[in-house]
Amino acid sequence: MLIPHPLLGLRDAQEFTYLGDARLIDRPTGGNEAELAEYVYLRDNPAGVHRELWFHEQGDRSWLVVTRNTLTHEILGAELARDVSLARKGDMA
Amino acid sequence: MKRLSGGLIDRSQTIHFTFNGKRYQGHPGDTLASALLANCVQLVGRSFKYHRPRGIVSAGSEEPNALVTLREGARAEPNTRATMAELYDGLVARSQNHVGPLNFDLLAVNDLLSPFFAAGFYYKTFMWPRAFWEKLYEPAIRRAAGLGELSELPDPDAYDRGYLHADLLVVGAGPAGLAAALAAGRAGAKVLLADEDFRLGGRLLAESDQLDGAPAQDWVAAVKAELESLPNVRILTRTVIFGVYDHGVYGAVERVSDHLPTPGGAVRQTLWRIVAKRAVLAAGATERHIPFADNDRPGIMLAGAMRAYANRWATAPGTGAPVAIFTNNDDGHRTALDLMAKGIPVAAVIDARRGVERHGEYRLLPQADVIGTQGRLGLHSLTVRTARGSDTLQVGALGVAGGWNPNVHLASHHRGRPVWDERNLAFVPGQGGPGGLFPAGACAGKGSTAEALADGLRAATEALAELGLTTPALPLPRAEARYDNTAPIWHVPGKRRAWVDFQNDVTVKDIVLAHKENMRPVEHLKRWTTLGMATDQGKTANVTALAVMAELTGKTIPQTGTTIFRPPYTGVSLGVLGGGDTGTHFRPRRLTPTHHWAKANGATFVEVGPWMRAQYFVRPGETHWRQSVDREVLSVRADVGLCDVTTLGKVDVQGADATLFLDRLYANAMASLKVGMVRYGLMLREDGTAYDDGTCARLAEDHYVVTTTTANAGPVYRNMEFARQCLWPELDVQLISTTDAWAQIAVAGPKSRELLSRLVDGFDLSNEAFPFMACAPLTICNGLRARLFRISFSGELAYELAVPARYGHALMARLMEAGADLGATPYGTEALGVLRIEKGHAAGAELNGQTTGQMIGLGKMVSSKKDAIGNIMSRREGLAAEKRLLVGLQPVNAADTVVPGSHLFTQGAPRDLAHDQGWITSAAYSPHVGSSIGLAFLEDGANRMGEVITAANPLQGSEVAVRVVPSHFVDPEGGRLRA
Repeated sequence: MLIPHPLLGLRDAQEFTYLGDARLIDRPTGGNEAELAEYVYLRDNPAGVHRELWFHEQGDRSWLVVTRNTLTHEILGAELARDVSLARKGDMA
Repeated sequence: MKRLSGGLIDRSQTIHFTFNGKRYQGHPGDTLASALLANCVQLVGRSFKYHRPRGIVSAGSEEPNALVTLREGARAEPNTRATMAELYDGLVARSQNHVGPLNFDLLAVNDLLSPFFAAGFYYKTFMWPRAFWEKLYEPAIRRAAGLGELSELPDPDAYDRGYLHADLLVVGAGPAGLAAALAAGRAGAKVLLADEDFRLGGRLLAESDQLDGAPAQDWVAAVKAELESLPNVRILTRTVIFGVYDHGVYGAVERVSDHLPTPGGAVRQTLWRIVAKRAVLAAGATERHIPFADNDRPGIMLAGAMRAYANRWATAPGTGAPVAIFTNNDDGHRTALDLMAKGIPVAAVIDARRGVERHGEYRLLPQADVIGTQGRLGLHSLTVRTARGSDTLQVGALGVAGGWNPNVHLASHHRGRPVWDERNLAFVPGQGGPGGLFPAGACAGKGSTAEALADGLRAATEALAELGLTTPALPLPRAEARYDNTAPIWHVPGKRRAWVDFQNDVTVKDIVLAHKENMRPVEHLKRWTTLGMATDQGKTANVTALAVMAELTGKTIPQTGTTIFRPPYTGVSLGVLGGGDTGTHFRPRRLTPTHHWAKANGATFVEVGPWMRAQYFVRPGETHWRQSVDREVLSVRADVGLCDVTTLGKVDVQGADATLFLDRLYANAMASLKVGMVRYGLMLREDGTAYDDGTCARLAEDHYVVTTTTANAGPVYRNMEFARQCLWPELDVQLISTTDAWAQIAVAGPKSRELLSRLVDGFDLSNEAFPFMACAPLTICNGLRARLFRISFSGELAYELAVPARYGHALMARLMEAGADLGATPYGTEALGVLRIEKGHAAGAELNGQTTGQMIGLGKMVSSKKDAIGNIMSRREGLAAEKRLLVGLQPVNAADTVVPGSHLFTQGAPRDLAHDQGWITSAAYSPHVGSSIGLAFLEDGANRMGEVITAANPLQGSEVAVRVVPSHFVDPEGGRLRA
């Protein structure tokens, strides 16, 4: 697979480490145990379009949010996770 | 050696080879198969199940029968297709799968027992008694079945891997592929042209076709010359594209030196990972046969292969006796004409169709079938049934022409579903399949030379247009456009066995049986009969089998199913997939800065993750590792020891929000850490489990260095970056891994301060100025920048001294030199482990992902005042109620050994899970205590000090009585490290 890194262009997936569901970005704050339990243990595993976290470990060490179709492996986009996280925090604020 | 005229072999040179010990001759340009045929060798092997005599069927990579073991000794390579093995001088090959000589195989008795070996036989028969399967049935079946055998010696050859990038990859160098490559080359695209053959031309090499009124080879040569002259084109011969992977990644194997007498001189094979923006699939087509009674005798081959052997390799298929053709299409007649042109007598063309006419001067038997064959080790006669009755033909070989199957393999990767083309009676690439792959030519059902040339050009033009490149007009040579008029005649019904899949010995009868037993979907048919599951993946069998099943069910072929193919297109050796990653090259090996010093000073090394670390240093006179380790431990406790601890992960953390960041990362409070001080830090996983521990040193207001365990250096850094980028991107903090940048040496023992005082540049090491858990940047040895941390893993007065990595070796040497009179002693990971067990420090065996902060006695450290990673979840029910605690264990009888992994039981309690009280995580012989000691997680450990319990090791049948003691065996008050 090739991942379109927003800063570095197409990079081979072998350079990356996979984490999973990008909802891991939304860590609940405020110390609610039930919310954290959901955050830690519950993930979607869709057959289709999925937003997921990839770490460019053998590269520039950015975390990316990659939108990928898990059925076809088509990659619909890749963003810096940092930008995604900042935007979400902006939305919530 | 008997040769016909013409051909693409170099007659100026004669080369020698042996097959089953007998010497033969051939020419450069031959394959092992063509050379064997030229030497009139028809019998080349035995079949998989019935041990039937078998000969060469094809002239290409689809070969099901002619599998031989090539080369000898460690290089012996089983299951090599003789049709793909390029002949070289001194080649040695042996036939496979027979007991006794090839022409008198003792296991041929299986053929007489064939009624018992029908489809599903194993599943039904070897069911009872159950226990017999593993010990008796399976070994016996495995011995009788199978093909070649491995040498079981290490592969002496080197393999490589490489990466290639292209605008257009062209798979196959026949007419379609050459037209595509030439067009793309002229358009200026970066082109890769790959073909599994050692010569460009594809099917043109096998045909007598003319292009522009001249031999087709002239055109091939001109195209080759032009492609070679273009700097943007690279040609890869002997290279099979075996699979299509995501996003235009193609797997390829180049057989770099398989064709050389000694492949060891160069790389044997290269695994290429090709990234192509677009690809043209010009993989050609594979001829299919027509099953009839006893159609597997040596001498019966595909008609197109016969033509290839005559035209390209100037060899007849038999021993000189006449040849017959059995066909359901016009292409069979073409073979007859080509053979006659080479002077091979043609006995008859047996055409299964009605109302056909001759294409030349040969005997035609229209509307006729082959209904039987004779000849034990090679064909000598045929029984033919015509409208007028049956007849016997004396022939030495039979060419079978059953139509052509497009090589849709790569197009059916990525869930591509081939579709049925009624005009050609074949599956062609359909919708879906790999993106950016353009099938062209025979593999797309455009099999005549004229169609293939035009289609290759079309595919390249369309592919390049998607890249924004314009393809210049390419004049194509005039070529013949034929249509084969294939009739849907798939097999000749009869009572005797008619083979569909030669390699796995699957016959029409097996398909009939599968139908009778309701194994009708193709997926079931395949698994019940093993059809198409041999090394050739049923290239010559699958579609025919599907047609037979369709006939039995009364459905059409597309209703019955399709046949798709997985990678690899042809077999790929594990050696080349490994790409040379064997032995010490299996993975990267990291050496510490003091590695060479340690090596020169008697170190034995141990693998710790990717690192090689000194395990212990043997001194003269020491004969057992325990002597070395005990001495090293005692030196640290009494004098001063030196240990390279560079492998511990180091992460440099800087920024205005570094303090806040670390406070959220560590379970314990970090915000209160003062500049110039170090604090032990415990990291949890988000689920509350203990994850990693280390130290956090504050070098300045906004500058920290944190350490991780050796094993988790990578993952912890990854998680820190996750926290920084994904969780808290608003914080002003930057991270960099500096594990490799700093060499770090532990200087431990009561004399460590004295030793360090001899190296530092006027730095005050007094307990007041630089107390326990202090840290500071400083210079040593007259100006070398360094960092000093007063931290201790051993429980002694101790420091860790860091210098830029390139000075690590020199620092170790300097410390040893300066500390000679103090008894300075290097120690390795074994002594390090003993020292930390004596001190009761948790390490990898305790932080194994199943333990909590409470269990390692650090529950109170987990702050309830903040929301750090894992803190909240660590307090949930279940984890909070955890009562197992890290304790020390000492054997009641000092001579007993504490064995890690042992489970703990109250004395007298049954040894079962319900009564399990915990387990021993670490153990060592403690020279300080004078006995074996251990660390363990024990149920309610806090309240059991002094109790004698049982450590059971049922794997070795041993039990030891141990006393529960505090986990600190040395200096429990910590006076020594604060001295």
